Amino acid sequence: MFKILKYSFFDLFRSRWSFVYFFFYLLLGLVLLFLNNDLSNAIITLMNVIIVLVPLIGTIFGIMYFYNSREFTELLLAQPIARKHIFLGQYLGVAISLALSLVLGLGIPFIIYGLLESSAIWDFLSLLVVGSFLTFIFTALSFGIALRFENKIKGFGMAILMWLFLAIIYDGIFLLLLMYFQEYPLEDFALAASVLNPIDLSRTLILLKLDISALLGYTGAVFKSFFGTTKGSIISFGVLLAWVILPVWGMLRLASKKDF
Amino acid sequence: MKAVLFIFLFFISFSFYATEITVCETCEIKSIKNAVEVAKSGDTIRVKPGVYKENDIVISDKSLTLIGEDFPVIDAEMQGTAISFRADAFTIEGFKIINIGRSHTSDFSAILVSNSTNFEVKNNRFDNIFFGILIERSNNGRIVGNQVTGKATSQAHSGNAIHLWKTSEMHIEDNHLEGVRDGIYLEFTDDTEIINNVCKNNLRYGLHFMFSDGNTYSGNLFDNNGAGVAVMYSKEILMYRNTFKNNWGSASYGLLLKDITDSELKQNTFEENTVGISADNTNRINYIENNFKSNGYAVKIRGGCYNNVFNRNNFLYNSFDLTYTGHSNGNTFNGNYWSNYSGYDLDKNNFGDIPYRPVSLFSYLVDKTPESIVMLRSLFIDLIEFSEKVSPIFTPANVLDQQPYIRKIQW
Repeated sequence: MFKILKYSFFDLFRSRWSFVYFFFYLLLGLVLLFLNNDLSNAIITLMNVIIVLVPLIGTIFGIMYFYNSREFTELLLAQPIARKHIFLGQYLGVAISLALSLVLGLGIPFIIYGLLESSAIWDFLSLLVVGSFLTFIFTALSFGIALRFENKIKGFGMAILMWLFLAIIYDGIFLLLLMYFQEYPLEDFALAASVLNPIDLSRTLILLKLDISALLGYTGAVFKSFFGTTKGSIISFGVLLAWVILPVWGMLRLASKKDF
Repeated sequence: MKAVLFIFLFFISFSFYATEITVCETCEIKSIKNAVEVAKSGDTIRVKPGVYKENDIVISDKSLTLIGEDFPVIDAEMQGTAISFRADAFTIEGFKIINIGRSHTSDFSAILVSNSTNFEVKNNRFDNIFFGILIERSNNGRIVGNQVTGKATSQAHSGNAIHLWKTSEMHIEDNHLEGVRDGIYLEFTDDTEIINNVCKNNLRYGLHFMFSDGNTYSGNLFDNNGAGVAVMYSKEILMYRNTFKNNWGSASYGLLLKDITDSELKQNTFEENTVGISADNTNRINYIENNFKSNGYAVKIRGGCYNNVFNRNNFLYNSFDLTYTGHSNGNTFNGNYWSNYSGYDLDKNNFGDIPYRPVSLFSYLVDKTPESIVMLRSLFIDLIEFSEKVSPIFTPANVLDQQPYIRKIQW
């Protein structure tokens, strides 16, 4: 498995895409810091970008890589290697290289601008952790989709739709439900619904870290009292972890059953 | 000429007869109460350092000057009021008054002043008190440089640091008021100046007006109170250069305005409050050159607000700049700087070419269903926000800043 991980990882590093991704984040971080000159403001802006772009890039990258390396995968399948190892290795190769690009690409400019002496370092670290989680989640989901659909166009379409659903449509439905049932006490529902979607969960986690919640009255306080406690943070990180493990497990199950 | 001579002689004789009485543990007079009894009008009582376990010191119709050296402690031992005055032209300076008992039926205080004029309460310290300085039916007093620290835990069991009732022409300056219910409370108090005070960590309000007209407060700091300042049922209040910050909580405001008319806010700073200003039933108020920075809501305009003017304010990085109930009602927003403004200034006249709509759709949604606050900064919200900006449906179309300033306004 580690051999395959290594191959995928270096394959990606040799292809230019990892670097493009890396330089994109590097540039983004530098420009943001240059324009904002204030670490915590830059972190808020960065959060908006990460919440939207990291899942999208993870999805597209994952599905592209899978379709492109299909022949290599088939070659590997002919060898006496367990299927689980092949796909897990490839998945980890992609996800780790993406996460690394993200962490390095954003980390370097922030360190240059004096993050280590700043009090914003924990906010920034949680931003990177959440970003890495999102990368792992959406790469796993896109691998699953690519395995499910032979047809590339269909696969791409489904992957984009999945991203669109989790990033936008989910919130739309969520908001409609909130508006429709506004006579009822909705705190628990809102909590559950925001925990269940990894993008919403990541956003809430970062926002609460940035102390905006305390400014938002009663409901903000309800959220703070959930996410702010140890129990809350264990639950939310548990959910993020589950969002990684379940798609990976599904992907591996699909792979072991699939007739290549 | 005769009159002048008479006055001159009068003062000469006065100062001749005015004596100084010294109180200390080894002196002839060992208690302040005793000193007050023997003192004549115009005398000075000088109190040496030490602990004086006294309460109910009553000064009636004597113009005395009480001076504490190195903050002698008056310990009321949780029983009743420490010192009460009913006199004209007195001064109390340099005491430390502690342990005022709590009561549900009487307002026990460290210093009680009633029916008095021309007095001064200066540089005293108060610790563990119920009410600090309680002044009623008096006028022309100065309360300067006092420090109050309370240990208030619930509103029902705590009093106010400086409490004015039916007074006028008072001057309150440079006091430091911490850990009580209201820092400064004014009821039926007119023409009073409140300058450069610090009100911190109080349970309810830093400064509280009730039925008090024509007052000015300026240069004060209100930090981390239940709500910074509440101005209620008053008119002609001038609020200049104050700082309201860190008033956090579900019912917390930097400044709460209720039933206020003909007032002016100028060059105040509102920073990191849940709500910067909540205005309810306010008419003809000018908001000029104020800074609203990093608040949850910068300004909440509720019902019954007519003809208020917002001019040259800075709205910087608030979650919501403005929430608005009802129609435009003659309230105008003009020439403010909004950090969320995304327009342009082609003719370079420093004003944006397209108007800014300070009421966002999301604030409208949150107003309807508070739980939807979880969607803050979500992509979906940004999308509907954008389409709402293009063609407003839910947000009031006529609440807009026709001339948004393009740069942060310096004042």
